[in-house]
Amino acid sequence: MLCDNCKERDAIINLTQVEHDSKVTLHLCEQCAQQKGVETGGAVMKSPLGNFLGALGKGAALVPAGADAVRCPACNSSLRDFRDTGRLGCDQCYSAFDGHLRDLLRRLHGSSQHVGERYEAPGTNGESDPRSRLLELKAQLRRAVEGENFELAAELRDRIRVLE
Amino acid sequence: MDLSLLPDGGMRWLDASGPKSTIVLSTRIRLARNVHGIPFSQRAKDADRTAVFERVREAAQSSDHLGAAVAFRLDLMDRPERQLLHERHLVSKELAGLEREARPRPGAALLVQDQVGVMVNEEDHLRLHGMWSGFDLEDAYAAVEAVDLELGRLVPFAFHPEFGYLTSCPTNAGTGLRASVLIHLPGLVLTKEINKVLQGLSQVGLTFRGLYGEGSEVVGNFFQLSNQTTLGKTEDELIDHLGKIVRQVVEYEEQARDVLLRTAPEEVEDKTWRAYGLLKHARRLSFEETMNLLSGVRLGVGLNLLPGPGVYTLNKLLIYTQPAHLAAMDGRSTGDRELPTVRAAFVRRLLEAEPS
Repeated sequence: MLCDNCKERDAIINLTQVEHDSKVTLHLCEQCAQQKGVETGGAVMKSPLGNFLGALGKGAALVPAGADAVRCPACNSSLRDFRDTGRLGCDQCYSAFDGHLRDLLRRLHGSSQHVGERYEAPGTNGESDPRSRLLELKAQLRRAVEGENFELAAELRDRIRVLE
Repeated sequence: MDLSLLPDGGMRWLDASGPKSTIVLSTRIRLARNVHGIPFSQRAKDADRTAVFERVREAAQSSDHLGAAVAFRLDLMDRPERQLLHERHLVSKELAGLEREARPRPGAALLVQDQVGVMVNEEDHLRLHGMWSGFDLEDAYAAVEAVDLELGRLVPFAFHPEFGYLTSCPTNAGTGLRASVLIHLPGLVLTKEINKVLQGLSQVGLTFRGLYGEGSEVVGNFFQLSNQTTLGKTEDELIDHLGKIVRQVVEYEEQARDVLLRTAPEEVEDKTWRAYGLLKHARRLSFEETMNLLSGVRLGVGLNLLPGPGVYTLNKLLIYTQPAHLAAMDGRSTGDRELPTVRAAFVRRLLEAEPS
C-alpha cells in the first residue's frame, strides 16, 4: 500500500487519530510519519522514555515558552521537573498540566481517553457493595482487636457474621 | 529473610505446565496503581512511602488473594537476598536497589502469595503482578485483576475520568497494564528472520525487551514481548491484541524450526548435542555461556532431537545458575571467582539426575 501523504513510498505505519468523535486512519511511510510527529519503530524500541522526552523537548507547540514554570498546586513540582525527570510529582499533576499531558498522551498512546475499567474509590459507591463492605469491616475489626477495643470488636464481628 | 516461606519459591511458573511452554516460558501481567493524595514515588518523602506500605499491607491482610502473603521489606534486606528476589523475577532491579551503588528506597517492599504479588514503592506506589507458566494471558490477567479489585476497595487509587489510572510516568497511564510473555526464539535467530519480526512488533504497538524486562539485554534467545501503549484501549483489547501477535510469532518460530530441520538437519542436530555435551561435561561455565547452551538444548528438546532433559529442568537451570542463587547455595559471595566452577558442577548434577 502506498503512503496516503506522499503517494510515493510504501506505507509502513498506520496512524489512527480521533477527530470530532470519528476515527481516521492514515497509512504513512516512515518519512511522512516522522514529519507528522510520529516516532517510528527504531527510536521507540531503543528508549521509550527518551522518545517521549524527545517529543516533549522538541515540541515548542507542546510546551510553550514560559510553561515550564507552571507548578502543580498539590506537590509543587513544575512542568520543567517533569521534562527533566520524565516522572510526574503526584496524581494532581495530571489536572495541573492537563493540556500538555493530553497532547503527550495522544502522542504516546494514540489517545488520551481511557476506555478500560472504570474505578470507584472506596466510600463513593462502595456502601452498596456487600463484598467491599465486608472487607472494610474485617479491616476495622483487626484494628479494633489490635487497639484492644473489644466492645467495638464484638459489634464488628456480629456485623461481619450477618454479612457472611 | 527466608525464601522457603514461599511455596515453589514464588516460581510455580517454572513447572512448564502451561500452554506452549517449550516456546513460551511464562506470561506476566502487571498493573500500575497509585494511592490518591500521596506524592508519586520519585517525589514522596520517607514518611509517605512508609504510609503507602502500611496501607497496602493492611489492605492485603484483609483480602482473600493476599491475606496470607509473605512480606519482604527490601529496605531491610542485604544485597544478596534482594538479588535473589530479582533473579526470580519477583522484584525489579529498581525496587531491589541493585543499580550501581543504589540502596532500596525506605518502604520498598514485596508482598507475594502463590502466583500473584505486589511491589510497593516502585516507580508507582503499587505494581500488582502475576506470573503464569507458558502462554496463558487470560488466567494471569484474571488473577491480577482480582487482586486489583480487592485492594482498590480498601485503598483509594488515583484515577481520572479521562486519563484513567494515573501513573508516575505517562507511558503507563490509563489501564496501567503491561502484559508480557517470555518467549524463546532460537529458530528465528538462526534463520536471521528475527529482526524482521522485532521491527514488525513496533508497528503493531508492541515492544520487546531482554530476559529481565526494561533495560535488560537479550541473552539465550529469550525475548520479552509486551504491549507498548496502555491508554485508549480496554484491558481485554490490549490482551487480545498481544495474544494474537504472540500466536503469530509462535507460528513463525515453528516455521523457522521446520526450515532449519529441512535445510540443515545435521547442523541443527550437531548444535544441540554439542550444547548438551558442554553443559554435561564442562568444568567452568559463565552465566552467559550457560544461557546460550541452554537455548541450544531447549531447541533440541523442542525438535525431539534430544531425548531429554525435561523443560522443567531447563527452566530450573535458567533460574538457579544465576549468580545470587549459586552463591547462596554454596555459601559464597556473588563476586566469587569460583562461581563458574560451582555453576558447572550444579548443571552437571541436575542433568545427571535426568534421563538422556
